[in-house]
Amino acid sequence: MTARPLNPRAALDTRESLLVQDPRTKARNATEKRFRAYGLTAIVVALLALVWLLVSIFGNGLPAFRQTFMTFPVTLDAALLDKGGKRDPADLAKATTFTYGKVLATSLGAEVTAKGIDLGAVQPKDLIKMISEESPATLRNLVLADPSLIGTTIDFTVLASGRIDGYYKGRVTMESAALDKNISPDQLALADRLKTAGVLGMKFNAGFLTMPDASDKRPEAAGLGVAIVGSLYMMFVVLILALPIGVATSVYLEEFAPQNKFTDLIEVNIANLAAVPSIVYGILGLAIFINFAGLPQSAPIVGGLVLTLMTLPRIIIPTRAALKAVPPSIRDAALGVGASRLQTITHHVLPLAMPGILTGTIIGLAQALGETAPLLLIGMVAFVRDFPGAPPDGLFDPAAALPVQIYNWTQRGDPGFVERASGAIIVLLVFLIAMNAVAIYFRRKFERRW
Amino acid sequence: MSLIKLIPSAVAILAATTVIASARDQLQISGSSTVLPYSTIVAEAFGENGDFKTPVVEGGGSGAGRKKLCEGVGEATIDIANSSSRISQSDIDLCNTNGVTDIMEVRIGYDGIVFASDINGPDFVLTPVDVFNAIGGTVVKDGALVANTAKTWADANASLPAQDILAFIPGTKHGTREVFDTKVLLEGCKTAGAYDLFLAASTEADDGAKKKDAEKQCFTTRTDGTSVDIDGDYTETLSRIAANKNAMGVFGLSFYENNTDKLKVATMNGISPSVETISKGEYPVSRPLYFYVKKAHIGVIPGLKEYIAFFVSDEMAGPGGKLADYGLVPDPELAATQSAVEAETVMGPLQ
Repeated sequence: MTARPLNPRAALDTRESLLVQDPRTKARNATEKRFRAYGLTAIVVALLALVWLLVSIFGNGLPAFRQTFMTFPVTLDAALLDKGGKRDPADLAKATTFTYGKVLATSLGAEVTAKGIDLGAVQPKDLIKMISEESPATLRNLVLADPSLIGTTIDFTVLASGRIDGYYKGRVTMESAALDKNISPDQLALADRLKTAGVLGMKFNAGFLTMPDASDKRPEAAGLGVAIVGSLYMMFVVLILALPIGVATSVYLEEFAPQNKFTDLIEVNIANLAAVPSIVYGILGLAIFINFAGLPQSAPIVGGLVLTLMTLPRIIIPTRAALKAVPPSIRDAALGVGASRLQTITHHVLPLAMPGILTGTIIGLAQALGETAPLLLIGMVAFVRDFPGAPPDGLFDPAAALPVQIYNWTQRGDPGFVERASGAIIVLLVFLIAMNAVAIYFRRKFERRW
Repeated sequence: MSLIKLIPSAVAILAATTVIASARDQLQISGSSTVLPYSTIVAEAFGENGDFKTPVVEGGGSGAGRKKLCEGVGEATIDIANSSSRISQSDIDLCNTNGVTDIMEVRIGYDGIVFASDINGPDFVLTPVDVFNAIGGTVVKDGALVANTAKTWADANASLPAQDILAFIPGTKHGTREVFDTKVLLEGCKTAGAYDLFLAASTEADDGAKKKDAEKQCFTTRTDGTSVDIDGDYTETLSRIAANKNAMGVFGLSFYENNTDKLKVATMNGISPSVETISKGEYPVSRPLYFYVKKAHIGVIPGLKEYIAFFVSDEMAGPGGKLADYGLVPDPELAATQSAVEAETVMGPLQ
């Protein structure tokens, strides 16, 4: 036996068969299994968190897209609304929303009597509390726009008050109404009878997307109109500024700039700026655009400029990557047949890099759309009720923005705003998903491999 | 569009828009988040009934609002600062340095500060002493100053429910905290006798410094987790109470009145807080609310004077007006304020 040549591996090689795992192999396989289990757990935890978030947002927010309305004939009494009797606009404007509120309450009272609905313990003067405070203003604007309506009876749809709306959404119950000074169980019971009579009902709430913000006294009327317009204006400013500047910077740095310390410094700075907290851009924007340049507060132009600063590095970095990905052979070929460097870039390199540039831009815009912090400092976290005008003038009018509107609503005292805030999150999510989908579509459609 | 065309057109659009920038035709208001809901209610009604645009109202806090007011005169600066506490001398000095010399002070009414707990919890009949004994850092026991160890409200006062002490009070950046400190903690501290003991124990040199030191001691709350500072707003306090049924929170009266189905309010010195008891001065914890107007902007920014007059008019700030409906306690001297606004009276030096 000792005649067998000494094999240094023989001591280690205790394995009897390939089919039987030795302890070390077992240990390695077990480690791999554990690692897979950790990974799977991490994904499951992340998915559960996402599901929980979505369920809570959609559970709270979907009711915002449906709203309780009341429809009844409204008699526009000339004696109340036009005391002069001459339909003079100055005279008509003297009738305030208070008067129109009385007109609505009287008409609702008449409708209740006409349909033979039992008022129960509700006093006729308390009927007005069942109608949103927004409705008199809507009616007034309607009449001011068309004075010929005075003296006629029109079918008019009003928003029910926030508490009645909450009753049909499960937020308000008979028990909670008994403790609530804004609504009484009698009014809720009357609302039920109105519903049976077909005066009151729920339908899709288009106003949530088109109406402006409203004060704490009328959560039922609050909408995202101004915020959506403001966000679109800002995205417009970001697009027309950040895209050309970002692309020009990238092309210059990538194709023309000499490689020296100075360009290195610029590159390092761009990479750093992408990681700077966004609130810093807000401070910068306040100092430069408002305090120094004298641009107005709360204006989408300032918001857009601030977001442009923030988005620039986020566009430059993917654009440079896209330019780098274009093979040098394309440039060599173009130069070889006599194209100038600019022609090479505009005719060949840029078109080939375009899908990457577009993807980077859209993702940069999506980030800017969801940004709140820099807007805090430039006066955009505000109560804005008037729609901004058409661009370019409108860019200087005050406006809100989607993420800011969400932030605002979460701070309001009335419980009705909880559903509004979650509804606004859904709208913002839809915008973001749409933008990211477009980015993915571009990437898939125009992607080239070499 | 090629790059060469894109850049000049972008620059052209920007240049065009900068030239068009026109005069501001709506008011800019900023400041206290306590005054914010009242301000938006007035702004909304002002915009839909008058010939002027709806003012833009921003929150951000009383101090921040007053600083913005004092940034200077001109269209890029705000017109009105909402404030839940009185303007300070340092603000006035800052204003004067920046050329904002004429400021109008308008007191719009009073705000009550209430203690409330979960609607299904026990009733609380509080006095400032109870609150101090429950959440003050150092309390009096057998005539000596000791660290507070009370576990339940019954430990602070035997007649209170034996519910664990957990209080959510406004953080120090809130104007509400100042009122809470002076009207509740300091009162309780004095009644409990702790103030005198703090005064005697103080090592400061002169009387003034001693008093300041004693007050500071009175304002110190427990740090063992029974008294929690809330830096967010009342909605945060409300959701914390919803998650923690044993807790007691500090709210503004209007916030409570809009959430009466979730909160049960505690009485203070036997008085239940309401618009009536506060306007009569019976309920002890309240404070005046103000806004400050840059007089130089009257006649320059359209609608400024009309807005102020509308705000203090009887149908808004008066008894039974829209703001009282929301929880603002009307000012008994509203008529004087109305005539001061009419005469555009500038505020004098602080007393």
